[in-house]
Amino acid sequence: MSRKIVVGFDGSEASRRALDFAVSRAKVLGDAIVVAHVLEWSPYSFLTPNEIEERHRRRNEELQRAEQAIIAPVLKAVEDAGVPVISVMKYGHIAETLCKIAEDEDAALIFIGRMGNSGLSSRIFGSVAGTLAQVAPVPVTIVP
Amino acid sequence: MKNHAKLLAPATLLATLIGAAPALAQSLDERVNEGFAWATGWFVNLIFYAIPVNGTNFNLIVGWLVIAATIFTVYFGFVQFRAFPHSIALVKGDYSDPNDAGEVSHFQALATALSGTVGLGNIAGVAVAVGIGGPGATFWMIVAGLMGMASKFTECTLGVKYRNEYADGTVSGGPMYYMTKGFAERGVGGGKILAVLFAIFCILGSFGGGNMFQANQAHAQLSNVLGEYPGWITGVIFAAIVFMVIIGGLKSIAQVTEKVVPFMGILYVLTALVIILMNIGQVGAAFGQIFEGAFTGLGIAGGMIGALIQGFRRAAFSNEAGVGSAAIAHSAVRTKEPITEGYVSLLEPFIDTVVICTMTALVIIITGQLMVDPETGRMLLTEAGDAIQTVDGNTGVALTSAAFSSAFGGFRYVLAIAVILFAFSTMISWSYYGLKAWTFLFGEGQTKEIAYKVLFCVFVVIGAAANLGPVIDFSDAAIFAMAIPNIIALYVLMPIVKREMSNYQAKLRSGEIKKYV
Repeated sequence: MSRKIVVGFDGSEASRRALDFAVSRAKVLGDAIVVAHVLEWSPYSFLTPNEIEERHRRRNEELQRAEQAIIAPVLKAVEDAGVPVISVMKYGHIAETLCKIAEDEDAALIFIGRMGNSGLSSRIFGSVAGTLAQVAPVPVTIVP
Repeated sequence: MKNHAKLLAPATLLATLIGAAPALAQSLDERVNEGFAWATGWFVNLIFYAIPVNGTNFNLIVGWLVIAATIFTVYFGFVQFRAFPHSIALVKGDYSDPNDAGEVSHFQALATALSGTVGLGNIAGVAVAVGIGGPGATFWMIVAGLMGMASKFTECTLGVKYRNEYADGTVSGGPMYYMTKGFAERGVGGGKILAVLFAIFCILGSFGGGNMFQANQAHAQLSNVLGEYPGWITGVIFAAIVFMVIIGGLKSIAQVTEKVVPFMGILYVLTALVIILMNIGQVGAAFGQIFEGAFTGLGIAGGMIGALIQGFRRAAFSNEAGVGSAAIAHSAVRTKEPITEGYVSLLEPFIDTVVICTMTALVIIITGQLMVDPETGRMLLTEAGDAIQTVDGNTGVALTSAAFSSAFGGFRYVLAIAVILFAFSTMISWSYYGLKAWTFLFGEGQTKEIAYKVLFCVFVVIGAAANLGPVIDFSDAAIFAMAIPNIIALYVLMPIVKREMSNYQAKLRSGEIKKYV
């Protein structure tokens, strides 16, 4: 039975390296890949009346854009490499949502890239990789 | 250097204008004021038609709102108390489907609607109510706030149920739509006429309470801090900023305001709490005055009825329950059950009136701004006999400012900033409500929308330049006028809300609707 690997993917260089690494593992072990794209969103942010009116349309546009610009090109590449692949797009807090996706998909592993910020900003705001390492329900592979 | 000169030019121009032409400016303010009072007086008299009761004038419109709120409260079985915990759970997102993340949440709809209602009504309006109606007005204000929760529940449920959803995913909702679509569904005629009437009053309201009153009180607060200067200057500056946001599409200003306003609201309530705690010994006496004043009036003009009318008026003006504006604000939330937005919206009068307005009233009373005859314990009236004497003769926002400053000297600067931000966010919200009514009447289109927005900016200047009296009268009248068609519609459509409510409760019981967390 093939396992599923959730790869956090936002189109950045780091996330590409994570995906490449995951593909090379999956090929060897016969695993499948879930390309997960999370759009940062808090239900507690404040919006103007106009933003509220347009929110549903904006959301559809954002999902469409992410699908076309970020997800579609890499799905093709992974498929060509002979690895079974699906994609998931969700709104939410990035680390929490990746964990949620891993649970929903019954995945065995999470792969993510890291931005390599070791300085002040990640100390204050925390990093996705750091948070995931703390809270993930499955083993996490952080690709430098 | 060149940029510097460019920046300096308008500033020096403004300085010369202020310095060289105060006489001209003052007379301009006066003329605006006279013209305004003349143009709106008849409308104010019509809406505030009053019958003499017990030696004071009872405005029929206030009765209209209170009777409606009472009927809704009873008809929906005291929904504002029974559903309160469920409302909180909805706002927390306990019942939100995680797959809908990225859509407008209940919290966001509530926060945006609140930033439209939490405004000067809570700061200046309450001061007016307490200044005329005495401490007892506070009691009636809280009663009206609690009852108003049921009105808001009704109108916001309908607002979501009958909104228009367009192919591109945007939504338009509000009383205009439930009047037309809901009446057709029930087979009742006259929906279209009510909708047109409502839209006209909504546009007037957006110029009055949603605009001129805000500009007026922002100016009062600014001249209180900076010293007297002509009102039209504040008006022009405000109008320019509003113009940049609603016509120039400068979203950043609106976004910053939307984010800062909630924190200002919290800061305001916390400061009020600190002042109340500092004077904890006076709290008992203050509540004594509030209760005694509520039923005797403590010597104010009109006695108990006078206190009641002032309290009800200010509550209605502040939380807008039954007016219909909230139905526009709440209608864009994404939910499968319209009734859930009704539950969420009933928190609005609670936060706005029962919490924030009461804080203002308590601070004014506790800090001893209202003059009391030490022998009789009754309020001392001004020479005209229509208001209570205050320590420095302050009224409106200046009275609130004086009350807060008596505890924290510097707080008047914080309050000035809060007033300006509240005024601004209320203006942005109302420009949206008015625009929705405008496009309902005249159809959508670039030119038509810009015409409304330019008109809106003109009224900012008029509002800042006119005196408090005529502006506050017209503001009240325009906002209350909206309640006439809106409440008629709510009476006709309330069985639909009741059906929604019992269906939803059945689903809750059967477990079809479940918590996600």
